[in-house]
Amino acid sequence: MADNVQFPIEAGHVMLFRRAVGYPDADTSSAVPPTFAIASAQFDPDYPLRPKPGQAWFGSGKNPTSAAPTGDSGGPPTLHAEQHFEYHRPIRIGETLTVSSEPGKSWEREGRAGLLKFSERVTHYRDADGNDVVTGRSVGVQVHPKQEGGE
Amino acid sequence: MAAVGDTHEAQLVDDLTRTQLVQYAGASGDYNPLHTDEPFAKEITHYPTVFAHGMLTMGMTGQALTAWLGDDALRTFGVRFSAQVWPGDKLTARFTVEGEEEGALQIAVSVVNQDDREVLVGTATAAA
Repeated sequence: MADNVQFPIEAGHVMLFRRAVGYPDADTSSAVPPTFAIASAQFDPDYPLRPKPGQAWFGSGKNPTSAAPTGDSGGPPTLHAEQHFEYHRPIRIGETLTVSSEPGKSWEREGRAGLLKFSERVTHYRDADGNDVVTGRSVGVQVHPKQEGGE
Repeated sequence: MAAVGDTHEAQLVDDLTRTQLVQYAGASGDYNPLHTDEPFAKEITHYPTVFAHGMLTMGMTGQALTAWLGDDALRTFGVRFSAQVWPGDKLTARFTVEGEEEGALQIAVSVVNQDDREVLVGTATAAA
């Protein structure tokens, strides 16, 4: 992701997110849901899982796919295996968080489907004073299928 | 107020719709076609259909946790996505308060589908 992404916490965005994860429409609380930090992707200019005008997108159009996944480094796709949040204080509507991330640990193990390659990413959400608000840690996994003999 | 030994169960969704996956894609910004694009999911990735963002399941679980414990009660929340969630699935969350440490409740989190298969497992801590 880009460095120091500015993530404005907007009431309409929080409402859309609350509805999407099952808060009843009648619940008009403005509390920010515990997983809302992930929606900072909307404000990341480099986020690869958003189509952009004039650029090839790997979803279907005329054909079932039309490009390699953006930002794909080759090899199997990375699946989201784990997500962890630490809350230093609640996020509030009206503030703007600064988001930055860095790679964490990486490791491998043999699974039923093949070699599993795990990689961690740690994301810091900080307020205007530079204080931590939320710290996120995500783990992605790539499954490298077992090579069968004779292929 | 939850206490050590308490358990709580909440139905997250009865019949997960593809429309909710679209809603979540739009709100979160994760437009991976695996979750919303049937021709891509079937013909390119060879899944039977689209499947839910793991973060949608975690988001619904977070909603159930805050409905039970109160907004802003959580100090940590972490999960592993243990199986895929499909359109039509019925999901039930089970929370167990396993202990209390340094003023925080330690809560085991599990979400199962209609076949009692675990799709998400994790832990949360909340102000006691």
